[in-house]
Amino acid sequence: MWTRNGSSKQIAKDRLRNVLVHDRADTSPEFMSHLRDDLMRVVSEYLEVGQNGVDMKLQSLDDHVALVASIPVKQLKRARQRSGNN
Amino acid sequence: MGEVIVITSGKGGVGKTTTTANLGTALAQSGSRVCLVDADIGLRNLDVVLGLENRIVYDLVDVVDGFCRLRQALIRDKRIDTLSLLPAAQTKDKTAVTPEQMKALTDELRQEFDYIVIDSPAGIEQGFKNAIAGADRALIVATPEVASVRDADRIIGLLEAAEIPPARLIVNRLRPQMVRRGDMMSVDDIVDILAIDLIGVVPEDEQIVVTTNRGEPAALIQGSRAGEAYRSIARRLKGEDVPFMDLEETSGFLDRLRRIFGQA
Ligand SMILES: Nc1ncnc2c1ncn2[C@@H]1O[C@H](COP(=O)(O)OP(=O)(O)OP(=O)(O)O)[C@@H](O)[C@H]1O
Ligand SMILES: [Mg+2]
Repeated sequence: MWTRNGSSKQIAKDRLRNVLVHDRADTSPEFMSHLRDDLMRVVSEYLEVGQNGVDMKLQSLDDHVALVASIPVKQLKRARQRSGNN
Repeated sequence: MGEVIVITSGKGGVGKTTTTANLGTALAQSGSRVCLVDADIGLRNLDVVLGLENRIVYDLVDVVDGFCRLRQALIRDKRIDTLSLLPAAQTKDKTAVTPEQMKALTDELRQEFDYIVIDSPAGIEQGFKNAIAGADRALIVATPEVASVRDADRIIGLLEAAEIPPARLIVNRLRPQMVRRGDMMSVDDIVDILAIDLIGVVPEDEQIVVTTNRGEPAALIQGSRAGEAYRSIARRLKGEDVPFMDLEETSGFLDRLRRIFGQA
């Protein structure tokens, strides 16, 4: 149907979804810190990372929200170091 | 022991008072003892929607302050004798009552009524906190607009934080033709985004304006589409399994023809 793309209904839905990503993250103080802790735990299994200078945020792009993370990497762990430890 | 249900929305003007009046009327009509509580202190509205504005002597704040007994402040509806209203104060503001007082008040009402339906003010401040203080469950009213659904989402979060069981959703002022045209979010869209259970859909209906002008809820009128929707919500609230009217269903003449010829 010609109304599908760019119909005001679709635009409303997309805008709503994006705004709710931010609202829900903002109104739940533990959300970002829990996500950050969990993500760091997983990443540290693969990489030796610096805890200082970690930056993680939800960022609005043109048509969607992105989780953008910057994590300082010190070293890549060897395969032997990766499994089972931590 | 009665059940306390709060009608809330976050955003203003989406139909909380209309819903409270009509849902209460429909519940009372089916034989339950119902007390409607106007918790919008300072902006009393429920009385006029119900057509009871001339019978107010005492109000909620008078009760809470001990100026009168609860019974004296309750107004019994003459059309349906199982329906009562506890009006809000018009001259005070929301800080005239505390959540603890509201909880005590609703607990007292539970002794006398099957359902206590509370009309919450807009917003998320003290007035909202008062309105939900004694509630066992919540119904959220939202219209198919970005701002309304957004505020509903916020309210869902706050109700969760207040440990009130998962709220159910009423989509109000739906305009099926606009949905079909692709110019209004559908009920499914909204339910999907908010991830809560739907209890009813009320169409945009001129009858609401007419009945509100007259002070007689649409739920009393047979043949009113909005009234019918409110009666269905009342039955679902009582646990009945009432199928949803398919308002978004194609119903125009052309659409019907297409269906007859198997094209839609
Ligand atoms: N389904 C409907 N069809 C047509 N008009 C409606 C419908 N529902 C509500 N309205 C109208 O919308 C207006 C706002 O409704 P209402 O006062 O119930 O909202 P509210 O959420 O209680 O507002 P407030 O936040 O100010 O308390 C009223 O004029 C009412 O008649
Ligand atoms: Mg109102």
